[in-house]
Amino acid sequence: MWEYTDKVKDHFLNPRNVGTLEDADGVGEVGSLACGDALTLYIKVDEDGKISDAKFQTFGCASAIASSSALTEMLIGKTVEEAEKITNKDIAEYLGGLPREKMHCSVMGQEALEQAIKNMRGEAPSKMEHSHEGELICECFGVFDEEILHAIKENDLKTVEDVTNFTKAGGGCGKCIPDLERLLAEAHGEGVCPTPSSKPAFPAQGMTNIQRMHLIESVIDNDVRPKLQADGGNIELVDIDRDAVVVRFLGMCSGCPSSQATLKNLVETALRAKVDPALTVREG
Amino acid sequence: MKTIYLDNNATTQVDPAVFEAMKPYFTELYGNPSSMHRFGGQVGVKLKEARASVANLLGCSPEEIIFTSCGSESDNTAIRSALSARPERRHIITTAVEHPAILSLCKYLEKKDGYEVTYLGTDERGRLDIEEYKAALRPDTAIVSIMWANNETGNIHPIEEMAKIAKEHDVFFHTDAVQAVGKVDIDLSRVPVDMLSLSGHKLHAPKGVGALFVRKRLPFRPFLIGGHQERSRRAGTENTTGIIALGKACELAREHMAEENTEVKRLRDKLEKGLLESIPDTKLNGDPEHRLPNTSNISFGYVEGEAILLMIDQVGIAASSGSACTSGSLEPSHVLRAMGVPFTFAHGSIRFSLSRFNTEEEIDFVIETLPPIIENLRKLSPFSAEKQAPACTKSFSE
Ligand code: FES
Repeated sequence: MWEYTDKVKDHFLNPRNVGTLEDADGVGEVGSLACGDALTLYIKVDEDGKISDAKFQTFGCASAIASSSALTEMLIGKTVEEAEKITNKDIAEYLGGLPREKMHCSVMGQEALEQAIKNMRGEAPSKMEHSHEGELICECFGVFDEEILHAIKENDLKTVEDVTNFTKAGGGCGKCIPDLERLLAEAHGEGVCPTPSSKPAFPAQGMTNIQRMHLIESVIDNDVRPKLQADGGNIELVDIDRDAVVVRFLGMCSGCPSSQATLKNLVETALRAKVDPALTVREG
Repeated sequence: MKTIYLDNNATTQVDPAVFEAMKPYFTELYGNPSSMHRFGGQVGVKLKEARASVANLLGCSPEEIIFTSCGSESDNTAIRSALSARPERRHIITTAVEHPAILSLCKYLEKKDGYEVTYLGTDERGRLDIEEYKAALRPDTAIVSIMWANNETGNIHPIEEMAKIAKEHDVFFHTDAVQAVGKVDIDLSRVPVDMLSLSGHKLHAPKGVGALFVRKRLPFRPFLIGGHQERSRRAGTENTTGIIALGKACELAREHMAEENTEVKRLRDKLEKGLLESIPDTKLNGDPEHRLPNTSNISFGYVEGEAILLMIDQVGIAASSGSACTSGSLEPSHVLRAMGVPFTFAHGSIRFSLSRFNTEEEIDFVIETLPPIIENLRKLSPFSAEKQAPACTKSFSE
């Protein structure tokens, strides 16, 4: 069970401002049933530009309900300009914090608010399932790159897990995780496309013979041996003759009927990928 | 506030008689069963009795039982043993609705060791298709691992038939029977499974003890290597108190089996009927017929599972949610997804799992308390049967 603050519990158990506003000036709708959480936010603005009333309807977990309730409390009495400055961090702080895994609930609140204000200004329809701007990154939760980049910048997100906690992207099948990594790198100003000419065709290119030998040894030590040891076996490097690497299996691996497969599928594949695609491996 | 515990598929209360049986082995009789002296030897005798009791519940012989630390260890041992016994076979068959102890291991074996895994699907009631299973078997299939009963829906799979088919194809058959043992009659002298996993804390023994049945003469490779405990099939000093408790729990499970299928089932049915009849837009998940007698998985449309769980927790009802938010992942339960339960319902599913310690009054209380809670949550929700927002961009099926 999640650790919720007393304030989260209070807003979940006794949500404020539940319902609809028939004569709302702005309505923001985000999320969907399929995504597991959704929020409809209604705002009423008086002649002085102050939010005089706010109501919500939420489908979602305790933090989604609490975040929506908190948001309406924060909005009432503020001018639209002040309201515009509210971020998801403010919502979470108002509640005394949210579990990191639940931060996407506060993001949903901020999105609904942005949407309601745009709707009030006639800039957008009320319904928006996430900000459909840019490229669709996460198919499972329908999250676009704009929203992800926004969340990364706003909350200083560092890892894919963070991005998932804040936007839900990556929380399903995981197919979009490489894209999330790319967006993180992009947002942190790291070059995403290294210049092709600066990259060697294979890791050992340009190395001296000694360096190449050391690399082969380290691939065997770090990538191959631990896997064999896990099954009670081992391997020893016997010789390196130009492109031919000669090894010997030990322990459970020696005399194992599938040692030829291990030789090709594990040892040779690792060495070709990490050292030089021209290498061949045989037992000696 | 009294807790009404309806989460027995997660873990169970240790039966007071089980607790009594294990107590002396913490304090007075703490010898090591492997020791040569009588002080340890008397513990060894108790372990032997416990082994016989587990075997008795399963209809196998005591030498076919290996004590482990939990169901997950038993599952891992079974699959890894089968794979290393026949290293030339590179294919595994399991189902999309297994426990993570099997699913995560299979995913790992696929990714890290290049095994090919077939995940059998289910129909909308969570039932497996025998024809699909037969078609999946291949000459290089090393092992089939199919759970006896599903932890979320309670569905009981046709293990006897599936094990026979595996046998005809000379393929090892393992079943994760963690949820089934103690609730349904298992007779391994009749059902040709090669390996079976069970876990103590699901049948009123404490957490931290499990067992693996390995049929006589089946090639076996230990998972834990070290000392000669468990006839060299599982190294490590035995969890003696846990094993003694498991033995006692198995003895009691045999005695209570009939009650499990009458009284527990009667209460479960009463609860189910009470909720489905009094709350609109509800749906039973799983196979209404071939199901564990204690399990009921119900979806409450247009509300989210965690919100329901926390609300009922306020009044002392402990159950479990198949919704994503409680589990740390964001998607609804993989079991409900595999069954194609619509999102309208998948997010709001609650699993009630009973035990022989539940009472009629408790069930009456739940039937009375739940409808207003669901009604209140639905008042908060922007969705209802009439007003449904369009689904977001995708289908969750992988
Ligand atoms: S596409 Fe993002 S998690 Fe599936």
